[in-house]
Amino acid sequence: MSPVIEVRDLRKTYGSGDTAVHALRGLDLTVEKGEYIAIMGASGSGKSTLLNILGCLDVPSGGKYLLDGIDTGEFDEEQFSLLRNRKIGFVFQSFNLVPRTTALANVELPLVYAGVRRAQRRERALAALDLVGLKDRTHHRPNELSGGQQQRVAIARALVTSPAIVLADEPTGNLDTDSSREVLGILDRLNASGRTVVLITHEDEVAAHAMRTVRVVDGRVAGVLV
Amino acid sequence: MRIFEIAAFAVRGLTANKMRSGLTTLGILIGVASVILLIAVGNGASSAVQQSIAGLGTNILTISPQRAQPGTTAKPLTTADAAALVGADSPDVKYASPVVSAQATAGYGDTTHDIGQFIGSDPRYFDTTNSAVAQGNLFSDNDVQQARKVVVIGATVAAELFPGSDPVGKSMLVNNIPFTVVGVLAAKGSSGLQDGDDLAVAPLTTTQNALTGYGSLTQIVVQARSADALPNAQAQVTTILNGRHKITGTADYRILSQDQLLTARTATTETFTVLLASVAAISLLVGGIGITNIMLVTVTERIREIGIRKAVGAPRSSILGQFLIEATLLSLFGGALGVAAGMIGSQFTIAGIQPVLVPSSVLLAFAVSALIGLFFGSYPASRAAKLRPIEALRHE
Repeated sequence: MSPVIEVRDLRKTYGSGDTAVHALRGLDLTVEKGEYIAIMGASGSGKSTLLNILGCLDVPSGGKYLLDGIDTGEFDEEQFSLLRNRKIGFVFQSFNLVPRTTALANVELPLVYAGVRRAQRRERALAALDLVGLKDRTHHRPNELSGGQQQRVAIARALVTSPAIVLADEPTGNLDTDSSREVLGILDRLNASGRTVVLITHEDEVAAHAMRTVRVVDGRVAGVLV
Repeated sequence: MRIFEIAAFAVRGLTANKMRSGLTTLGILIGVASVILLIAVGNGASSAVQQSIAGLGTNILTISPQRAQPGTTAKPLTTADAAALVGADSPDVKYASPVVSAQATAGYGDTTHDIGQFIGSDPRYFDTTNSAVAQGNLFSDNDVQQARKVVVIGATVAAELFPGSDPVGKSMLVNNIPFTVVGVLAAKGSSGLQDGDDLAVAPLTTTQNALTGYGSLTQIVVQARSADALPNAQAQVTTILNGRHKITGTADYRILSQDQLLTARTATTETFTVLLASVAAISLLVGGIGITNIMLVTVTERIREIGIRKAVGAPRSSILGQFLIEATLLSLFGGALGVAAGMIGSQFTIAGIQPVLVPSSVLLAFAVSALIGLFFGSYPASRAAKLRPIEALRHE
């Protein structure tokens, strides 16, 4: 069985000529199904760039990226949007919920673009909200929710499509200790139920939840801690 | 089924900022309403002109002088010409009225009024122009022969100079020459651009004496014996005038029948309508640019939201669709309100003209407003759709 993520010699360069910034310089990474991986590194090490490329939000300048066995090299924008919709659940540091829209509608959003029918959409979104413990907050808008609750809505949105992988970019970066613990607990439970999770963090306590920690330095993998 | 969801997103986007949506709608509303209303005004003006010309009767020819061709001298139209048109050589001509017109300022007491048209003619003129007298009498042939200083005035002149009193028998000054008012004409209403009641009619001889001098006539109005006899009458008039003016090539006068007059006047009012419609079209265009502007603002403001939608897998087409629907809803809503406003507005008399709605203009304006949304919304919408997800998400 092929790994969920297989990255070979991944390169990303911003700008060109003398001012070019090499964010990734030939990075290799393999993530197997059901793994829980933490990516750590100093700011500017390229870890966010890596996660954005893994989440198909950005495209690499060079190298190979196989997602769930599919080579994304020749993909166009339409195919990428399909991948983002079906294969990836992304959790942002700043939550990124659609403003003025209820928690339920936010969680339903990926299903709308997937073309899921209304009744089924509602059922699945409610199930996802139940999973993150927010069944009683379905009709609250983001500005009526605490940071931790907003992040849990975002996690519900990321997992509602049953993606191959959940990517989280410093999911606890904007949260207090209690909320962080809740969010990490949810991610642990997700992983325990078989979901593949990759998260970025710079906190060792967060990384401790993962099965292994990948250290990124200057756009390359510097070491793996199991 | 996804189009329905995307339309729901669009509606939510519009209602999130009601004030802005309302003002943008107002731009289209004004554009559509003015297109409908101004075309209706132009149309109303032209039908008023048609009615007033139709009122002249179908057996009228008007002869007016025309500039001479180079190398020839134009002979003026004279009273003698008019007299010669009635006789044995022209069995189909019933009567020919010589007409002169002048600029004149009338005064009574402390009031003065610039009369739109001061006409000198004979009593038959009233008959050919379908003018009925409301108070007093018309002047007579005898008044013409004696060159009496009498005048028949239109309703507007009467109202301006003699408000609330009976003008008949009073003496008013025309360019400082005293004229006795013998009658007031019944109001006819305005004929398009001209107030048909702002006139005064005096005997030809008196007018020439006092105001215009004995140069060329402004017109000779010929009445044929019947509408059927009009072509014969026209031929006879042409023969007589060609003989008298020794015409071999191009004539130095012009004969217009009521039909031709109608065509000429209709052409004028059509130009007027086109002018009005283009002004209105410009305002519709401005409304459309308003939509582009607002949609660009909306897109910029919601870049992050677009990024979020893309991150969860919204394809380009659905982002494009969402913003196109927003723009089209704005313009359709504005268009519908504009149609209502235009139709209500056309119930009122505007600048003396009763607007007449043109159904095709209503349809056209509405259809154009819908297309405006698509056209002017497509640039901002495609900008939104083309945004790279990561750039959109990073936007603050």
